[in-house]
Amino acid sequence: MGFADQFWQLTVDGLMVGSLYAVIALGYTLVYGVLQLINFAHSEVFMLGAFGGLFAARGLLPGGATPSGPASVGLVAAGLAVGAACGAAAAFILERVAYRPLRRRSAPRLAYLISAIGASLFAVNLAGKEFGRQNVPVPDLFTNGTLFHVFGAQVSTQTVVVLGAAVVMLVLLDRLVARTRLGQGIRAVAQDADTAVLMGVNVERVIILTFVIGGLLAGAGGFLYAMTFNASYNMGFVPGVKAFTAAVLGGIGNVRGAMLGGILLGLVESYGGYVFQASYKDVIAFLVLVGILMVRPSGLLGVRLGRAA
Amino acid sequence: MLTPARLRQLWVCLALGVLAAVVTGPGGDSAHPFRALRRSVVDPRIGIFIGLAVGLWVLLIAVARLRPLLAEVTAAARARRPVAAALGGPHATTGLNAVLLAAAIVAPLLVSTAAQQSMVNDIGIYALLALGLNVVVGYAGLLDLGYIAFFAIGAYVTAYFSSSSAMPWHAPFVINPFFVFPIALLIAALAGVILGAPTLRLRGDYLAIVTLGFGEIIQLLANNSDEVTNGSRGVFGVPHLSVDLPGIHYRWGIDPLPYYYLLLGIVVVVMIAFGRLERSRIGRAWAAIREDEIAAEATGVPTLRMKLLAFAIGASVSGFAGVLLATKQFFNPQSFSLQSSFLVVAIVIFGGMGSRLGAVTGAVVLQGLAFYLRDKVPPTDRYIYFGAVIVVMMIFRPQGLVPSRRRRREIELAGTTAGASDQLGAAPIGRTIT
Amino acid sequence: MPPRGRASRKGHRMSAVAAAGPADAGVPGGTPSDLVLEARDLTLRFGGVTSLDGVSLRQRRGEILAVIGPNGAGKTSLFNCFTGAYRPQQGSVTFWRTSRRPARIVGRSPHAITHLGIARTFQNIRLFPALSALENVQIGTEVRQRYGSLSAVLGLPGARRQERAGVSRAFELLDLVGLSRRAHDLASSLSHGEQRRLEIARALGTGPRLLLLDEPAAGTNPAEKRALEALIRRIAGGGVSVLLIEHDMRLVMSVATTVVVLNFGRVIAHGTPAQVQRDPAVVEAYLGVETGVDAGGEVR
Ligand SMILES: Nc1ncnc2c1ncn2[C@@H]1O[C@H](COP(=O)(O)OP(=O)(O)OP(=O)(O)O)[C@@H](O)[C@H]1O
Ligand SMILES: [Mg+2]
Repeated sequence: MGFADQFWQLTVDGLMVGSLYAVIALGYTLVYGVLQLINFAHSEVFMLGAFGGLFAARGLLPGGATPSGPASVGLVAAGLAVGAACGAAAAFILERVAYRPLRRRSAPRLAYLISAIGASLFAVNLAGKEFGRQNVPVPDLFTNGTLFHVFGAQVSTQTVVVLGAAVVMLVLLDRLVARTRLGQGIRAVAQDADTAVLMGVNVERVIILTFVIGGLLAGAGGFLYAMTFNASYNMGFVPGVKAFTAAVLGGIGNVRGAMLGGILLGLVESYGGYVFQASYKDVIAFLVLVGILMVRPSGLLGVRLGRAA
Repeated sequence: MLTPARLRQLWVCLALGVLAAVVTGPGGDSAHPFRALRRSVVDPRIGIFIGLAVGLWVLLIAVARLRPLLAEVTAAARARRPVAAALGGPHATTGLNAVLLAAAIVAPLLVSTAAQQSMVNDIGIYALLALGLNVVVGYAGLLDLGYIAFFAIGAYVTAYFSSSSAMPWHAPFVINPFFVFPIALLIAALAGVILGAPTLRLRGDYLAIVTLGFGEIIQLLANNSDEVTNGSRGVFGVPHLSVDLPGIHYRWGIDPLPYYYLLLGIVVVVMIAFGRLERSRIGRAWAAIREDEIAAEATGVPTLRMKLLAFAIGASVSGFAGVLLATKQFFNPQSFSLQSSFLVVAIVIFGGMGSRLGAVTGAVVLQGLAFYLRDKVPPTDRYIYFGAVIVVMMIFRPQGLVPSRRRRREIELAGTTAGASDQLGAAPIGRTIT
Repeated sequence: MPPRGRASRKGHRMSAVAAAGPADAGVPGGTPSDLVLEARDLTLRFGGVTSLDGVSLRQRRGEILAVIGPNGAGKTSLFNCFTGAYRPQQGSVTFWRTSRRPARIVGRSPHAITHLGIARTFQNIRLFPALSALENVQIGTEVRQRYGSLSAVLGLPGARRQERAGVSRAFELLDLVGLSRRAHDLASSLSHGEQRRLEIARALGTGPRLLLLDEPAAGTNPAEKRALEALIRRIAGGGVSVLLIEHDMRLVMSVATTVVVLNFGRVIAHGTPAQVQRDPAVVEAYLGVETGVDAGGEVR
């Protein structure tokens, strides 16, 4: 079968993965917007959220057959909620432990980066120790099957759930940044933290909430990712780098850019993985990153969160 | 008196105690996600940790009480030796170096062969790696997270040139590994330049991510290309180092001792060389870039070229170390995992960025501890501690265990000066320059 | 905003001055020029803000040219265009290191421009705070040295000789600015005035033909200001042209040969200190309407 035959199927798959990248990328972009820092430990927030969601769903799962109907919906919702909560908690603690003490000291950027890497190393390996270093079995929360066809491409229940949940989150976040007071605060800090202080914005609070929002998204995204692919203590790394690529692709610090970047990267990877070899998918994302950094480091939609949100 | 602040401190201490109990407690698996947690908390052992936590809290209070006194003492001490004299006389430094060197020479004779092996593989090679990364992180203020990739390049280049059987892919001729040193050095430096040239123009945190990806890709390639590198089976049978000169014939073998002394010699030479570099115009240019990149440019420092130079020097040291690794007979892509890169970063941070003695000390302490605790802590769990060490150092002692003078001053000044800008803090887009 | 009509009228007068200059300016390899710097029609915008709007100016070799203007007039932006820190959207800058060697400035990187022979100081002092005063100046004196990392590592004689030369030149410059006794102190431990002088020494270390000083007297005391005046004269006397931004009018009036007045990114006057002082447009720019510029006061 040629590429043309597979095109729509690859598009559907790419959209699904891409929407997940977009959800995670938002965490990078938001934190970058307010702190001008790449939150290296974001991938671990994602992993911890995934674990939380999985364990919760498994705990609630009535043993035996795969649930269906309202039970499935409830379980997925519970997984998403607990995943988001765990992600938020992890992000909150991360900010407290690895970032805030440095901010108090007005440490150089390098220090934040290193501290975040340390935190990431700590979290991954602690998770590996606590929950084992094998893949975590993922329970079936619904019967997966083809729901309908689009241009001959099969759209599975899985795809609908992931894409649906991701799109809802993306829309909510977009609204939050564009419409609410908190969003206004985030944009103000992103544009100019010093002025924001003078205007009465509580910068510390905005920073914490930014981390927490990023954590909520990453946690829920982690749960969705785990249901689709797999879960293990080091599951955060690869999607983390890819989501970062997505954020840069769209213009880091730019909310809609991150969404666009995620979707585009998902598609590129999906097509590229078919044309070349699936095992080189990760290389494709990396090449995209290097390419975009060389040609247009400000990304497709430009860098500013404040302006382009 | 129990002020709310004190109480909060107590809670933090207790939380740390419980965390320590969990970290040092038994491991678990995903089928029973909270069993390990429960077992480490609901266990008589927890008493020790709570005791330690309370002890820490009491200590903190005591230190807070004594602080005014301490401040007076240190201020008096500082006043007595102005900055220029603070380096300690040259004699003191020379004496200390001689003592350290003597200790390094004698130490392996006092320990078991297993410990000697570890002194070569874990301490010696990693000290060398840390010295190289120190140029990148400590001198130029750049974060290279794919540092170990150059180590891999050095090792595979050695296998390519010095053996016709170690890997499927090999040179049409075979040369003595000693002659591979310069080749590996150059190839690693070249790889560094190729990777660095496009990315060093960007903000420093992009460099970190790009190098991270590069490290992953190199490992991925090494792992997946069976017909070139032997893939995950690894490379076996690169000949040991040997010298065949008229009059001198020597062959390094399985015995770790000769390797140890070779490494010690190399480490000492590299330390001297980098010391000279640091005190030259090049080292000063790096310091200038670290402290204020815009001012450095305006003073005529070609910042991009200097960063590239640091990057290439770091890469070449890593490649050089790779040759040594290869001649130790066996290696596989596992030796070049991301974690190893992080380990080198941890060593540099722990020892003290920009400090050569710190890099070596970091390798000795961290790797020495890892060796000492090898039966108690599984190798994979070590990284929990390395991660914690990095965070703790960044919070409480960013200058490291054996700080370099320059770095310490920079950190002391960071809170007080306006122009303090790290390489990674290079003017964000559109920042006003005045 | 000043009335547009006036600004453009003054701009016109400015170009009349320019037309009186040598016609060969900017032509590589032409007859020798007595200019050291020429900016033509520089325009610099940041989003909606236009900080330079068609600025042209010329500086003769050896001249002390002062750029004055109210806060936000675009003075620092002008310096940033001359030193490669900003890239103007329009216009050109030509610099003559020697009278026969013009070089285009726009598009070059800051360090390359420093190597050509333009050095600067910063309005908000930007020293290397954790390095000693001597090291700060050394970094300047060493940028023209050639020895590389290998010779440094091997301690080759050439490298050592150059290093010694760099140190002794740095000491000379510290002496020139009156800081030789503080050579081994950290830059951050110097007083504000000393830091300003150290910046000048560092800039001179790079061996410039043109020195740009951005408010060197800001925050210094009267004695330091007098010393600064003498220092600027000495520097200019030594064959280095000086381009000076300053708010202290007494200093400007006594030291500058020519004054250019910027307001809202445009040149509104140009001439000798006395001419500029009498110019009604300048008075208006500074004080609304009011009387002449008080030569003693610091006009801000
Ligand atoms: N990087 C930048 N981004 C946005 N606007 C800028 C930037 N640099 C300068 N400007 C704007 O350009 C205008 C001129 O600024 P400039 O610093 O050149 O003024 P100045 O004459 O040096 O003032 P001062 O006397 O206060 O130093 C100002 O309105 C300033 O806000
Ligand atoms: Mg200014």
